[in-house]
Amino acid sequence: MREIERLLAAKEIVVTCGAGGVGKTTTAAALGSMAAVHLGGKVLVLTVDPARRLATAMGLESFGNVETQVSPEAFAEIGVEPRGELWAAMLDTKASWDDLVRRHAPDAKTRDAILANPLYQNITGKFVQSHDYIAMERLYELHTSGTYDLIIVDTPPTRHAIDFLEAPERMADFFSSKFLRLLIAPYKSRFVNFASRPFYSVADRILGSAFLQDIAEFFILFQSMYDGFVERARAVERVLEDRRTAFVVVSTLEAAPVDEAEFFIEALSAKKLHLGALVLNKVLPDYLCDDDAAKVARRLCHDAATAAAALPKTVGPPDEVERVLGELGESFLNFQVVAKREAEQRAELAVKPDIVVSVPYQDRDIYDLSGLLAVGEILWA
Amino acid sequence: MTGLLDRRLLFVTGKGGVGKTTVAAGLGLLAARSGLRTLVCEVDAQGNLADFFEAGPTSFKAREVQPSLWAMSMDTEESLKEYLSLQLKLPLLSRIGPLAKTFDFIATAAPGVREILTVGKLAWEVRAGHYDLVIADAPATGHIVGQLRAPEAIKELISVGLVRDQTEWMTEILTDARQTGVVIVASPEEMPVTEALELIDRLAETDVDVAAIIVNRVLPELFSRGEEEIFEQLRKPAAVKALSAAAGGPAGPVLEAARLAVTLRRTRAGHLERLRAGVDPTLPILFVPELFARTHGMRATTQVAERLGEEL
Repeated sequence: MREIERLLAAKEIVVTCGAGGVGKTTTAAALGSMAAVHLGGKVLVLTVDPARRLATAMGLESFGNVETQVSPEAFAEIGVEPRGELWAAMLDTKASWDDLVRRHAPDAKTRDAILANPLYQNITGKFVQSHDYIAMERLYELHTSGTYDLIIVDTPPTRHAIDFLEAPERMADFFSSKFLRLLIAPYKSRFVNFASRPFYSVADRILGSAFLQDIAEFFILFQSMYDGFVERARAVERVLEDRRTAFVVVSTLEAAPVDEAEFFIEALSAKKLHLGALVLNKVLPDYLCDDDAAKVARRLCHDAATAAAALPKTVGPPDEVERVLGELGESFLNFQVVAKREAEQRAELAVKPDIVVSVPYQDRDIYDLSGLLAVGEILWA
Repeated sequence: MTGLLDRRLLFVTGKGGVGKTTVAAGLGLLAARSGLRTLVCEVDAQGNLADFFEAGPTSFKAREVQPSLWAMSMDTEESLKEYLSLQLKLPLLSRIGPLAKTFDFIATAAPGVREILTVGKLAWEVRAGHYDLVIADAPATGHIVGQLRAPEAIKELISVGLVRDQTEWMTEILTDARQTGVVIVASPEEMPVTEALELIDRLAETDVDVAAIIVNRVLPELFSRGEEEIFEQLRKPAAVKALSAAAGGPAGPVLEAARLAVTLRRTRAGHLERLRAGVDPTLPILFVPELFARTHGMRATTQVAERLGEEL
């Protein structure tokens, strides 16, 4: 059995991660399509990227926070009969936070107060870290719903991809922090005059007491959900650590994404999380590194006239042929510089997981399911 | 065009992977070489701006890395310290308690604090007149709007206090098109172009001006129409054989590489068309060619600066 196929067959959650722009979302969708077609069962691709073209590629008008099935007709149109079902959902941070509050709020009054709090609306909408947390939270929710055999998650393009892994832990830490208690204290007690203490007087001067009160109110409300929240964060962590979860790191062979991929692979191992595979994406073809071809290219650059003279007249007027040959040589050498740099990056990869797959540069955009499956076939093989 | 380099504060943004830092570094070098005292600030802590100038790691304290060119990286905690001592005249505060922890807490609890400290530092450098031009290697398209809206967001959340008062002049600088502009970097590919167009729409909510679009990694047109016919003739088996014999080696890969280049160029031209059609025709679009460079060191930065210079 082929390696990536074996990996997908054995796992229930596959998380793709890597730097921005390396093709994470496409990789996740391609893996999901292949799993649905060849392995069967219910497969869900959960993405954070609202790429409309991807929705179209999956045969969907659009998809949102609620999972949508890719219709069997979309597969039938390209002559594929999938063994299983392919579903897709996009992470909507705001909607997911609202769901979370509805689930954990102790009563309707607290729930409504939180949902209406201006700070809550700001935090859920703009708070970058909340994005990381909610992605993991939503994954947990979908996984424990028992609806899917395999969930493939495309992670948020965080600055350091590791952030989202630590999100549950950080969220739990945050709610049990000393400073949160310190901040909330004066608003919980009517008997002590905290305003005279230095911390509050400075904070008041800088931020204004009304804002401090907004923050405090919000967190007092939020604390009522504390137990549920922390318990939940721990459960999410357990799911990530489980052997049924694997991480697929995606990178191109450019310096910055490779650095980030290596950093991420090391972080995974430090956390004892399971690295399933490394996907090297958008790799230039091997023939660009061919030294004999490079000799030909150099010859064409320096003396295209001789080569042009040796060609049959049917090709074209000799002076034009000469110019074309010169261009050919130069273009090859240009691309070779990049291809060799890529080969060097690959050779120098500090960490090499068991499964490393290269996906060649696609010279066309992926417009449809057959495009996704074509990429999938490459990953599979 | 209103000279890009005549502004005082440029935010360089774009989808991850399009060469945002390359362009920010190139613009910085170009500005410095044309005599402007220029500061390039790395906001999104990828930590590799320094590589583009081959000048060792950057920190919050700006360092002159080339004549007339300073580089720094944003550190919101340092920015807070500076802010407290400079703006609030609270020199003692940095000695009160474990500032790092308190800061971490406030920044986590109060949305917009990190963003305001970033944008505030940049706007303050403009206001203080330490530099002629400040260039921010800003966060990717997903986060830039949040950053530019930070002063407004803070104003909505905080009704009184010193922080609120400070947002006034920041907004003034940010929304003045003569002073501040966003430079959107895109490569001529599907998602980068889509994100660039979406960002222009979202920036309309901020009153911050879009100064230019810079398209990076534009592939050269390999053949004219007539030459393309010759190329097709060359790809026929008999011609490949003859060419290989004449050049004394395999010509197949050379021709295959050219086919790849032609297809790529064609696909990318479509995305460029989409970009052109999607933006206001008065918005300047500058092009930086694919450099086929070995590294992203000073050599590449110089090339980008030169090409941008020709475009401006």
